Order: sequence, then C-alpha cells, then structure tokens
Amino acid sequence: MHIVCPFCGERSVAEFSYEGDATVERPALDASTEDWCAAVYDRVNPRGPHAEYWQHSFGCRAWLRVERDTLTHRISGVRLAGRHAGTAGPAGQGA
Amino acid sequence: MAEYSVFSLIGNALTGNRRWKPAWRAAAPKPTYDVIIVGGGGHGLATAYYLAKEHGIHNVAVLERGYVGGGNVGRNTTIVRSNYMLPGNAPFYEWSVKLWEGLSADLNYNVMFSQRGVLNLAHSPAQMDAYARRGNAMRLFGIDAELLDRAQVAKFVPSLDVSPDARFPVAGGLLQRRGGTARHDAVAWGYARGADRRGVDIVENCEVLGFLRDASGRIVGVETTRGEIRAGKVGVAVAGSTGEVMRRAGIERLPIESHVLQAFVSEPLKPVLDTVVTFGAGHLYVSQSDKGGLVFGGDIDGYNSYAQRGNLPVVEDVASLLLTMFPAYGRLKLLRSWGGIMDMSMDGSPIITTGPLPGLYLNAGWCYGGFKATPASGWCFAWTIANDRPHDLNAAYSLDRFHRGRVIDERGAGPVPWHH
Repeated sequence: MHIVCPFCGERSVAEFSYEGDATVERPALDASTEDWCAAVYDRVNPRGPHAEYWQHSFGCRAWLRVERDTLTHRISGVRLAGRHAGTAGPAGQGA
Repeated sequence: MAEYSVFSLIGNALTGNRRWKPAWRAAAPKPTYDVIIVGGGGHGLATAYYLAKEHGIHNVAVLERGYVGGGNVGRNTTIVRSNYMLPGNAPFYEWSVKLWEGLSADLNYNVMFSQRGVLNLAHSPAQMDAYARRGNAMRLFGIDAELLDRAQVAKFVPSLDVSPDARFPVAGGLLQRRGGTARHDAVAWGYARGADRRGVDIVENCEVLGFLRDASGRIVGVETTRGEIRAGKVGVAVAGSTGEVMRRAGIERLPIESHVLQAFVSEPLKPVLDTVVTFGAGHLYVSQSDKGGLVFGGDIDGYNSYAQRGNLPVVEDVASLLLTMFPAYGRLKLLRSWGGIMDMSMDGSPIITTGPLPGLYLNAGWCYGGFKATPASGWCFAWTIANDRPHDLNAAYSLDRFHRGRVIDERGAGPVPWHH
C-alpha cells in the first residue's frame, strides 16, 4: 500500500502511522457522558469506503485525511487534515 | 456415526479405508429451530456443541456463509494459553485451558492439543518485574506460571540467541507450561462432528442477509441465501464480520473495528523448537507445527481492513524479529502467509452477552486471541443463550461495559483497537 502525501509524493505505508476513523466527531466539552462514550468507543467499522487519519510520521509529519476502501485497500483521495485542509502542495490528490 | 477408536482405525485400514463416513451431514435448513447460531467458525460450532451437550438444546442450526474451517479458525497460529492478569480475563481463559485439556476425549476427535509451554521473553529488569507481577497474579487465580532466569531460558529453548551481544539480550521469561498449541482445523472439524452427532444442523454456503422481527421488535429468525429460517433465539459469532452482520440487524455502531492480522509458515524442518516463544522487545510469537513448519506472527497491520491480506512492512518486521531471536533460521524459506480479519475491540477483551436486541445474543471482539478461547467461548455463549443471562465467567464481557467505565484493558493501551 502506498499513500501519496500532498507534500512528499508517493511513499510506502511504512512511513505512515494510522490514527483512526476520521468520521468520528469530537463532542462539545459540555456534552453528555453518553455522547462522549459513543465518540470514544463506538465505530461504524464499514466494509468498503472509509475516511481515516494517517500521519506521515517518518516524513513531513503532516496529518492526512485518507479515503480508503477497507475491502480492496484502494486509496481514492488524500488531503491535509485540520484547519489547513485543501491548501496542500503540488502532489495534490492521491491515487 | 461410529466412535473413532483404534479398532475403527484398524477395521477401516483392513478394508481399504473405503467405509469412512463424512464427519458431519450436509444439512439443508429446516423452517424453524430453537436456536440459530450465525457463523460456523470455531466459536459458533463450539456454542452449538455445548448447547446440545450441556443444555439439552438439540434443535439448533449453525449457519455458515462459506465452509466450516474456512475462516479464522483455519487462519491462526494455534496457540493456547491463559497467562492473563485481570480478574475479568484470567478465570475465563483458565477455564478454556481446562476444557482444552479434556477436549480430544470429550469430542472423540484428536485435536492434537500439545502442552509444550508458552514462554514470554523479558529483555530488561523492568520487564522481569512486570512478568513477576503477572505470574503472581496468575498463580493467585490458580494458573501455573514460572519465572525463568536467562540460564533457564537458554536450557528450555536451546536454539534461542541468549548471548549478551544480541540486539535485545534476554533477561529471562515467564513460562506457562500448561500452554501450548492445538491442531486448528481439527478443532473446527471435531466440534462440527460433535454438534452434528447431537442433532445440530450445520448449514454451509448459507449467508445471513437480514433478521426477522415480530411486532414487538424481537428477533425471531433470519433471512438467508437459502430462505427464511425462524428461531426462538439467534446467536451471532462471526468474528471480523461482526459489524456487517449486526448492521443487518439495525445495529450501526459497535465498540469494534475490523483489522487484518498476518501469519506465516516456513518450509518444514526436523524438530527444532518444542515450545511457543514470544519476543518481549517487539511483537512476535513462534512455534513449530507437528508437520515441521515454523508457525509465526506478530502485530496486526494496524489499519481497518476486511481484505484477508496484509502489506509488506509487517512481513519485514515479523521476519526481522524472528531472526533477532533465532539467527539460525536465516536460510529458511517462507512457505505460506495469510491474513485473517480480527474483530478488534476497544479494550482488547471480548464480548459474550445477551442482546443488544431481544432474541439476539452476541459473541465478538476476540481481537487476535480467539483461537485459544474457542472452548470457553462456546461453553459460555451456550450457557448465556440457554439461561438468558451471562455465566459468572463471562459476566464481565458485557457490551455496555464501555459506556459504564468497566473496560478490561489487559495491555493498558486505551480505546485504540489497533494498539491491543
């Protein structure tokens, strides 16, 4: 599996750390215990397209949001995660 | 079907081995059962076996999407142990080892359970302290544990590199002599035959597409590729497919992620390793099968996957750890590798519970420790289904423990399934 980092280009998955399901929304600080438990523990765990965070730990250390199919391991999109999302460098979308 | 014995072996040998019968019937589904078990893996078959044997519930069907022995029960490294520390885990896994000890006789099927010991290596004084603590906790639960120093390890595993020049010199280890390995396929086949002989229908090539409910919302059966089948109770034991099957019952989220775990077998060797050894400065476990191949594995790949195949970085990691421990294995060829889909729970411990819907029962979250748990998992799940409440041994394995602060996190890794 290769991931196309928006800054560094196509790199082996060995350079990246998996950081989990990107669809989980962090509840507000004053949200209920039940909402927090659901966010911390409960997952959709789809068999198919999945949005997830990866960090390019052994590269530029950027956090990425990767669209990947859990059944085929095919990656259909990579972009920078967080408040700079969409401003990534020339490598652009991954394949 | 006849008992297997030395006499049946001789009798069949003398008649050219033409009189053996299939070990279980190829059953077609009946319209209704008392209990349906979804998933014909080790846990599902064991559940059906103990439902019939311990609780007198014989009108049972096991529905398997593929074929018996084709899932994780045929895709593991066959290790059996009960070296757990926490109260929710230790008695359960010890009960499993006790069932393993009598399993071949109980099933009248040789599961080749070999108590050759499981040795966890330690590489630092701190790790020795941690193992002393774990060993003491085990002994308080009545589980055997021995702390070995470096010289004892060297004597127990002669081919292991215990030299001070090793990358991570061995300081000692924690040994459970009653641990060992079993023949994984025989476990599936033995439970299938045992359940079949007690009247259970094992229905292969039968995928569950949906669940039937009555007006009150209670689960009263399943919709399958072989038609509707009704039942008073439906148990689900489908390992890595838990999320997908439960979604068909309307449960969208569970404290489980599916991850891929790879395992490897080398070309066969003369006997060279007569125990199970695990590395302590990384993650690797290795044993030698009765056919001679070295069977080994390490970490899961570490990302959600249903692919039943992994990537090369883990192959490289596992191979390098094996050679760190046993430099002499460097010329070995790898014969096979495979991947299985693990139902990684959020605390690294399983779920055996009533619910989460009326009429439904769930057995899941085995991470990559499901094989050794097969007998106790089936035994406890059968008890839970028969009595509509958990047995003391699996009372801690509830589904709501995650929302009640009662997680059982043996590794202390937190709610990060790929770190367990």
